[in-house]
Amino acid sequence: MRNLGIIFKRELAGYFATPLAYVFIVIFLVMSGIFTFDLGAFYMRGQADLMPFFSFHPWLYLFMIPAIAMGLWADERKSGTIELLMTLPVKLSDAVLGKFLAAWVLTGLALLLTFPIWITVNYLGNPDNGVIVAAYLGSWLMAGGFLAIGSCMSAMTRNSVIAFILTVAICFVFVASGSEIVLNAFNWAPQILVDAIAALSFLTHFDSISKGVLDLRDILFFVVFIGSWLFASAIVIEIKKAN
Amino acid sequence: MIEISHLTKKFDSFTAVDDLSFNVAEGEVLGFLGPNGAGKSTTMKVITGFLAPTSGSVTVCGHDISTDPIAVKSLIGYLPEGAPCYPDMTVLEFLDFIADIRGIHGEEKKQQIARVVQQVELGEVCHKTIDTLSKGFKRRVGLAQAIIHNPKVLILDEPTDGLDPNQKHHVRQLIRNLARDRIVIISTHILEEVTAVCTRAIIIAAGRIVADGTPKELESRSRYNGAVSIQLTRDFDLAAALESVSEVVAVEESDEERRRYTIIPAAGKQIFSKMLDKAQGEQWPVAEFHLVEGLLEDFFRSVTQDAALSAHAQRHQQQSNSVERV
Repeated sequence: MRNLGIIFKRELAGYFATPLAYVFIVIFLVMSGIFTFDLGAFYMRGQADLMPFFSFHPWLYLFMIPAIAMGLWADERKSGTIELLMTLPVKLSDAVLGKFLAAWVLTGLALLLTFPIWITVNYLGNPDNGVIVAAYLGSWLMAGGFLAIGSCMSAMTRNSVIAFILTVAICFVFVASGSEIVLNAFNWAPQILVDAIAALSFLTHFDSISKGVLDLRDILFFVVFIGSWLFASAIVIEIKKAN
Repeated sequence: MIEISHLTKKFDSFTAVDDLSFNVAEGEVLGFLGPNGAGKSTTMKVITGFLAPTSGSVTVCGHDISTDPIAVKSLIGYLPEGAPCYPDMTVLEFLDFIADIRGIHGEEKKQQIARVVQQVELGEVCHKTIDTLSKGFKRRVGLAQAIIHNPKVLILDEPTDGLDPNQKHHVRQLIRNLARDRIVIISTHILEEVTAVCTRAIIIAAGRIVADGTPKELESRSRYNGAVSIQLTRDFDLAAALESVSEVVAVEESDEERRRYTIIPAAGKQIFSKMLDKAQGEQWPVAEFHLVEGLLEDFFRSVTQDAALSAHAQRHQQQSNSVERV
């Protein structure tokens, strides 16, 4: 546990030692602004809620999160520091979790810095702030899901660009599997299969949370999802670290 | 005490380390020699717990690397090949991080960091980002992190690679100082380094031990051991003059120096005084005359080439066997 904290601290400081953290946060804020006000027609809807803001998050994360996750392990392998890290008295689980948590906290920070939009909507009307808090939580959980996939893909290769592309591709599958286009394509299949595909999608679970429905099953989905992908990361690192 | 028994490491079908067994005791500085790809680094990676062995066992001070890796890793200070360090950290940040992970706190941490900074002379670059350092400084940062916790076992993969002659000398001195009541294993392909710092040398080729002894012992097993080097003033047929002498197996003419010859004795024979008598008696035109000590380099070449050839032959044999079976 102690080592987890030390690795977490080092990783988080690492994001801010390079321009990565700042670039990520600024682009994230700009993009979420564009999505909300331009595409989401925030003002035109005449409703005091943040639906246009949150509904674009899956698509925003699809490209932003892999950019953070791609270096998690690929860079360690490329520079050889993985050999240093893995020969220090550190458990692999501490290293995997510490790195993941640092990246997750960075996305959480970017998310928190969108608070002006929350102020705006409160200034303009009387939104249900409980729903907004739930949606923020759901969005952060979803970011964790994207990151966990990214961690595993980053462990697969020493090339961070390949890790980026793999992560985008797999994340896309997990986002799109809940969209109507995909589900309609499966209309020949038995209902149970269609439901299973929809149940694996980020969209399905995020939608219900962002409407303010904090269902334990949706939260559990993300927690189990993150846990499974991190577990897979550890296995992949164990197998591939020497190559 | 490090005990390595029947260690084998395979990558797919390639056997990098092949049934290696040896022990290293406290106070020993073991030089690990071998041509590139002989399995030096792989062996070190297994001892330090980075790679899991395919079979066999490694025990460090009573802890088995497979069952108790954390205990083994706490005992070892390791400089991996190429001295990787986190490039975006400053030297002090990096050493602070390593000290944290090694469980060194507070005042002691400050002292240990100050000690290693002084020992490997990092004072002037303390606040620089590792990324911006020269190769020599990077290697010293790698050394500093390896010794920060005063490890019982120090494993250094090519510690002087990329250093200039002064720095090399300094690092060797450091290793000699560190060696007291510790186990040090260094890998290198610079043979003079072995003679300079090691109390014992193991030569491996194709994943197997081909020689094990003190540097002096290994040198004495070179065919040049006890040879006589001779410089002549004018042309003279030395080979003909020595044809009848049974203790002499060959006379080699130097490629680099004109009229420089090396008289090579039959194994185990002393020929120096006999050659001296003969030179005086037969009035050879001698300008200079001296006894050659064994050459580690020569011994290294002969054993590693033999091993490479036999490994190649074995593989060839296996291939033809499998062809026959088809």
